[in-house]
Parts: sequence; C-alpha cells; structure tokens
Amino acid sequence: MSSRIPGRPAGAWKGHAFVALCGAAAAIIVAMLAVILFDVVRSGWAGLGWQFLVSAPSEGMRGGGVGPAIFGTFALVLLMTIAVVPLGVLTAVYLFEYARPDSGFARAVNLAVSNLAGVPSIVFGLFGLGFFVRFVGGGIDRVFHGGELAWGKPSILWAALTLALLTLPVVIVTTGEALRAVPVAAREASFALGATKWQTISRVVLPQSLAGILTGAILAVSRGAGEVAPIMFTGAAYFLPKLPSRLTDQFMELGYHVYVLSTQSPDIEATKPILYSTVLVLLFLTFLLNATAIAIRARFRAALRPQDA
Amino acid sequence: MNESTAARPRALDAVAAASSESRRRAARRAESLFGAVVRTAAFAAILVIVLIFVFVGREALPLLWQDATPGHESETVTWSSLAGPTTYPDRPPRHVWQPVSTVPKYNLAPLVVGTLKTTLVAILFAGPLAVLAAILTSEFAPRWVSQVVKPTIELLAGIPSVVLGFFALMVLATWLQQILGVRYRLNALTAGIGLGIAVIPIIYTVAEDALAAVPRSYREASYALGASRWETAVRIVVPAALPGIFAGLALGFGRAVGETMIVLMASGNAALTTWPLTDSVRTLSATIAAELGEVVFGGPHYRVLFLLGVLLFLFTFAVNLAGELTVRRLRERLGGRA
Repeated sequence: MSSRIPGRPAGAWKGHAFVALCGAAAAIIVAMLAVILFDVVRSGWAGLGWQFLVSAPSEGMRGGGVGPAIFGTFALVLLMTIAVVPLGVLTAVYLFEYARPDSGFARAVNLAVSNLAGVPSIVFGLFGLGFFVRFVGGGIDRVFHGGELAWGKPSILWAALTLALLTLPVVIVTTGEALRAVPVAAREASFALGATKWQTISRVVLPQSLAGILTGAILAVSRGAGEVAPIMFTGAAYFLPKLPSRLTDQFMELGYHVYVLSTQSPDIEATKPILYSTVLVLLFLTFLLNATAIAIRARFRAALRPQDA
Repeated sequence: MNESTAARPRALDAVAAASSESRRRAARRAESLFGAVVRTAAFAAILVIVLIFVFVGREALPLLWQDATPGHESETVTWSSLAGPTTYPDRPPRHVWQPVSTVPKYNLAPLVVGTLKTTLVAILFAGPLAVLAAILTSEFAPRWVSQVVKPTIELLAGIPSVVLGFFALMVLATWLQQILGVRYRLNALTAGIGLGIAVIPIIYTVAEDALAAVPRSYREASYALGASRWETAVRIVVPAALPGIFAGLALGFGRAVGETMIVLMASGNAALTTWPLTDSVRTLSATIAAELGEVVFGGPHYRVLFLLGVLLFLFTFAVNLAGELTVRRLRERLGGRA
C-alpha cells in the first residue's frame, strides 16, 4: 500500500471491498452460531420431554433421560455459589472500597485475579485433585478417620470448591463493576451522617449493588455449569445408580454426561438422539442463565447511568 | 435518584444505632473485624494462584530428584527422556509418547507439536474473523448490525466448550471429511476449527475494546485532512489500536493452548509428530484429561501428567501477563475512551 492517500474515485472501490470483507467476517461468525443452534435444536428437540428430564439413563445410555445429571449439576453449582459469592464479593469490596488503587497489594490482587481467569480449566482439575482431594481430603482422613477413606476421594464438595476457584474472577469483576456504579455521593451522604465505613458498605453500598452481585453469581453459575475438565477427576461420575445425598458422594453432571455419551458409547448412532437432547438441555440452561444475567445487568446499568453524569 | 434517597433513611438508622457509647465501641470492633475479613478475602485471590502453582508442582517435582531404581533404569523419567528421541536397536530414533508399554516412553515432543498444530489452526481461523468483525462493529456498522453481532459474540462465549467439542466431533468432522476427502475424521484441522470458534469471543472483545479506546480526535483529524472513513479506519485507527489487537490474539492463543474438552473430543488423540494438518494429534491438555483417570497415584506417569500441567500453567501465565500488560499500557497511552 502506498503512503499517499489516494484520491476519492480511485480509492472508493477499495473502501467498499474492505467494508464488505469485514461484513463477511461478521456474517460468518453469526452463521456459525446459527448453524450450531439449528443443528442442536433440530436433532435434539424430538427427544425432549418431561420423562427425559426426570428419568435416569437406561439400556447402557441408549435410553432413559438425564434426571440424575440435571440434579447433580444443580447441586454442584449450588455448593459452588455458596463458596464463591461471599469470597468474591468481599474481595471486590476490598479492591473498590478499601484499597488505594495504586497500593502494591491492590495491584498484586488485581494481577492475581486477571491471571486466575486465564489458568486453563484442566490445570484447575489437577489442582483440585492435588490440593482438595489428596491434601485436604487425605489430611482430614489421616487426622479424624485414622486413615480410613472418607474425604480423600473425589466428591461433589471438592468438585464444587474447584469450580468456585475457577469462577472467582467472574464474581470479583462483575461485583466490582456494580460497586463502581454506586455514586460517590451516596457514600459521602452516609459518611456525613456519621456512619462508619462498614455501616456505609453494608447498608448503603452493598444493597445498591445487589443487582450487580446477582449478575456475577448467575454468570459464575453459567460458567460453572458448562465446565467439564475441572470436575472430571474431582468428583464427576460416569454413571451412578442413586443421587448424591452427602458432600462426600460422587455425582453425575450434564457437561460430563455429554462428553461420556459422545466419546464412550459403543454404538454412537443409537446414542445420538439422547446425546443431542442432552446437549440441548445443557445449552438451554446456560443460555437462560446468560440471558438473565445480561438482562439484569442492562437494567441496573440503565438505572444508574443518569447519576454518573 | 430514587435509589440514593431510599438509602438515606438506612444511613440515618446507622447514626442512631451508633449514638450510645457501648454501641459505638461495638461498632468500632465490627469496623476493624470487617476490615480484616475483607483484606483476608483479597489475600485469598493471591493465595489461590500460589497454591495452584505449588500443589500442581508438588505432584510433579519428585520427578526431578528421584534416583533410578536399580533394575528399572529404563523406566526412570529424566530430562533427556522427556525431550530427546527414543533410540531403538533396529529402527531410527523417534520422539515417542507411549506411557502404557513395557518400557513407558514419556517424550513431550509429540504433545507439544500437537498443541502447536491445533492452536495455530485456531488462531489462523479465528483471528481474521474476529478482528475484521471488531473493525466492522467499531468503525463502519450501523446500529442494527452491532445489535446482531454483539449478542452473537456473547452467546458464542456462553457455549460450554464440551458442546463445541461435541459439535466438532459429530458435525464438523463429517463435513470436513466430505469436503477434503481425508482419511481420518478427527484431526488437527477439525479440533483447530472447533477451538477457533471458542476463542473468537476473546479476540473480538479485546480487539473491539482497543479500537474503541482510540480517541475521537484521531478520527476527526483524519477526516479533516480529507481521508474517507475506511482510510481512517485502516491507516489511523487500526494502527493506533494494533498493540491491543495483538494482545487479543495472544490472549486467544493462551486460551486455545489450555482449552481441553474440544481437543480431547475432536483431535483424534494420536501422539504423532507429522506435518500434515489432517493427521490426528494429541495435545498437552487432552493428554492430561485422557490419562489421569487411569494412572497409579504417585507413579512416574502420574507425575509426568502433573508436569504437563505445570508447563500449561507457566505458559498461559506468561501469555496472559504479556497480553494484560499490553492492554493496560495501550489504554494509558490513548488516555481512555475520549
């Protein structure tokens, strides 16, 4: 390309061609999403039904439904949420309400959070196995159970805690965004009335950022519900005859079930209808969660915008 | 405005609550306690990163100082057996990953080659699409186009990777085989394109941010000199945002290297060191996922798999750090969204 800016008539076709190229790229991306959704919905829709959602797999995964996997997924993300939301919200409160942004510690925390978000999910799986299952669980067994195996094996608790660490950055970032959206004037009014920092945060700032915290929790759940690599070795099971009832039980999970059905089936053609329906359930679940989070976030952003100016 | 006036009575309550002396002392105690709790929580974020490194490393480390068990020298893992080729009496030396065998071979070369092949395909596929789409929505597109493209990207980002792996395995592999007429359905190309779909949202988002951070004054100066919109985009805005676009590509690369389910399901998982993209490959991440379930706890194979984890962790850590710092510096230089 020459450095001279070409005259309008000579350059016009290049401009059109470039915009068309950009448009084609965007169109390809949109088309890919459409093809994936169309394929999954078309092949998975027929198998869906109340029976599919509640019954257990049968006939060597060629029949039945995904009831236990749905139950396991919900139990897993519930435990994960209980662990990740308090930790994430408190960390965000530290970063946005307590720390001076230029302090070394705050910078280190910020850097740790953004790097945590980039750690591969399979490394979280290794960590969950090495730390939670072997070190913490094995330690509990040695100290309290005389070495008998109770906690030192994969279970829903360890899988949920592993996922909690994986989704921690999501909660911190989203909560931080919500805290920042609370007008400074609201804090100043509270301080001017004599309230302390903790009183201001707990009764003024956090209640106003509730929608943002909720968004973070939902996004974390949506992320956690779709992750398979971290739970493969920390608690998910191929098939279980009964539902998990204790923290030390293993569990079935939708994402892991998709992996098992698509790679371990002896007869993929016979498994296909069930597989597609399972994928459709998983996709529907994650999209529903994402859409809810986006809708809530849009509302609280719109509610707070006029005050920023 | 409603929300801050609603908050005021609560703050008044707080003042009333703190009025009496004993309550004031309790409030002070709560104050310092809460400060400590919040600091501890923030420290946990740093602790987690350190713990991940320590505990994944702890399981791998014994590899480095173990002595050769007498009589089992050939099974001992050494640096040369991880990096160098396996020698055979009757064949030329080769790089082999064959952990389950009478003489286990833990050569990392096939896994590194496999990882590079799939991620290269992913970046070559996703990079141009994502960057061009970002240029479109930030520079040219009317509102309605952005309102289609942006939610599409958000939806794509929300698809679990196991679903993309499933799609690559069941649908994409068949299409590619029909189009290219290749022998194996599952290969580096199939897995790479699946991976590419997964990293498009990251590259797009970072590139879009970088383009949006270019100040309006740059564009206005360019228009004032008589440049058209596309000339401004190509010669002014994109060059100014280039570090951010590269950071997006780097972050996408980091994500692709660590991504597991897609390559596990769609790459074929054969540890080959060949050039063609249509051969099956086995990546670092997929090897961990496929083999960790069947190893002896504490054995050499178990430790080598954790070593792969350490490598993945260090590599993605370096790439993310570089990408993150680039984005931060660019934002400072351009002075935010002016």
